[in-house]
Amino acid sequence: MIRIDCPICGLRTETEFTYGADATVTRPAMDETATQPWVDYVFNRDNPRGWHLEYWHHVQGCRQWLVLERNTLTHEVGSCRLAREVDHEAS
Amino acid sequence: MTKYSALSVFLEGLRGNKSWSRAWRDPEPKAEYDVVIVGGGGHGLATAYYLAKEHGITNVAVVEKGWLGGGNTGRNTTIVRSNYMMPGNTLFYERSMKLWENLSQDLNFNVMISQRGQYNLCHSPGQMDAARRRGNVMRANGIDAELFDRAEVQQRLPYLDYSEHARFPIHGAIYQSRAGTARHDAVAWGFARGADQYGVDILQQREVTGYLYEGGKVVGVQTNKGDIKAGKVALCVAGHSGHLAQMAGLRLPIETHALQAFVTEPYKPLIDTVISFGAAHFYVSQSDKGGLVLGGDLDMYNSYAQRGGLPMVEHTLASAKALIPSLSRLKLLRHWAGVMDMSMDGSPFITKTPVDGLYLNGGWCYGGFKATPASGWCFAHTIAKDAPHEDNAEFTLDRFNRGYQIDEKGVGPQPNAH
Repeated sequence: MIRIDCPICGLRTETEFTYGADATVTRPAMDETATQPWVDYVFNRDNPRGWHLEYWHHVQGCRQWLVLERNTLTHEVGSCRLAREVDHEAS
Repeated sequence: MTKYSALSVFLEGLRGNKSWSRAWRDPEPKAEYDVVIVGGGGHGLATAYYLAKEHGITNVAVVEKGWLGGGNTGRNTTIVRSNYMMPGNTLFYERSMKLWENLSQDLNFNVMISQRGQYNLCHSPGQMDAARRRGNVMRANGIDAELFDRAEVQQRLPYLDYSEHARFPIHGAIYQSRAGTARHDAVAWGFARGADQYGVDILQQREVTGYLYEGGKVVGVQTNKGDIKAGKVALCVAGHSGHLAQMAGLRLPIETHALQAFVTEPYKPLIDTVISFGAAHFYVSQSDKGGLVLGGDLDMYNSYAQRGGLPMVEHTLASAKALIPSLSRLKLLRHWAGVMDMSMDGSPFITKTPVDGLYLNGGWCYGGFKATPASGWCFAHTIAKDAPHEDNAEFTLDRFNRGYQIDEKGVGPQPNAH
């Protein structure tokens, strides 16, 4: 059982959360007209064997979207932050 | 090499079973091969077998990091069927079904194909309509499909829950009578023995760690026990395709996810067919030893761990109990997980890659076992002719660039939803 340290609710089990998606891909600029950047964004993934940044939704808790650092080989969990703050830092 | 027959079993029995020969050799690798196949599971060994048998290419090596069939070939729930309706899938899986039907004779190895039929249950009028449409597409392509109403299903499968308390009412089922199960390990062993007889070298305990290049073209593999040169390198490593493609600088439309399966204690004959629940992701059959083989849904998060989490154990067993209440007191004997190449549209890849000299077979989601013979057959054709056969022509990487996804379930680019 994976346990996730939600910044708002504290340590909770994975059944309260829903896995969202890979949090490392960024949408191309809306005026991007080439095909490949959009294909890379929508379909292609690094799919790492090891540490992975991913979106989780605390759907049975505070309903916040989170960015979780998790190891895909060991299921070890690293940092967990609110997605809106991570996105804010990025922009 | 001994040819297996009733007579050879009888004669060996008289001799105390002392003179059987090895089923395949354990050779030292040559310095160079025409084709090196990475991955000694069913798909890789089938590819080697059909390269030799159909195309006369016998200077081939299969490189396996562990032992034969130790990956997903040995971790699936052994179901074979061909009830696909999207163009690109339908005839490919039917080719596989036809190869399964004669595989034991072709390989001279009993793969224990058992065409016991498969029911896909429907739990709403909408699902019945979808099943009718699927059945019509199958029949238009010459594949057997029958639609049964609730009364017919109740007569055929009396042990399902038809009470008014059933969590999901059963409205009917779509049935493929030629579907069934096969012995998964025997498939790997049969193809290995068949390929070996044509002179293919099977190299176990040898892990690929990188590729050899000449002017941007892949010309061999680096392994933990030395380099091997090759005219062509073919990946058959579903579950780890992303990882091995990354070594060649490729990003694939694939995420790796774990899927769990279960076997119960042996039980008297109860389920003489394959049943798929339509309300949740759950399927069940009974092995010849009596254990019920149960499968469920993905754990939903990316994983290379080959082990699953407890929430999905509960989900699978709750589904089993909801569908067949009499299973409630059976004990589980074993439980395991395999890691899947979950592709972005739920369909596989059998294709050349943008890297010259590198060929890809992967993206099987959780449907790779049934595809094993046709996958090898089509991949061998693609490698030998440098062009796909018409049955795998749609399984390219660039279908995503062209907007031609083969999305059987219609859920979009969300790998864990397929």
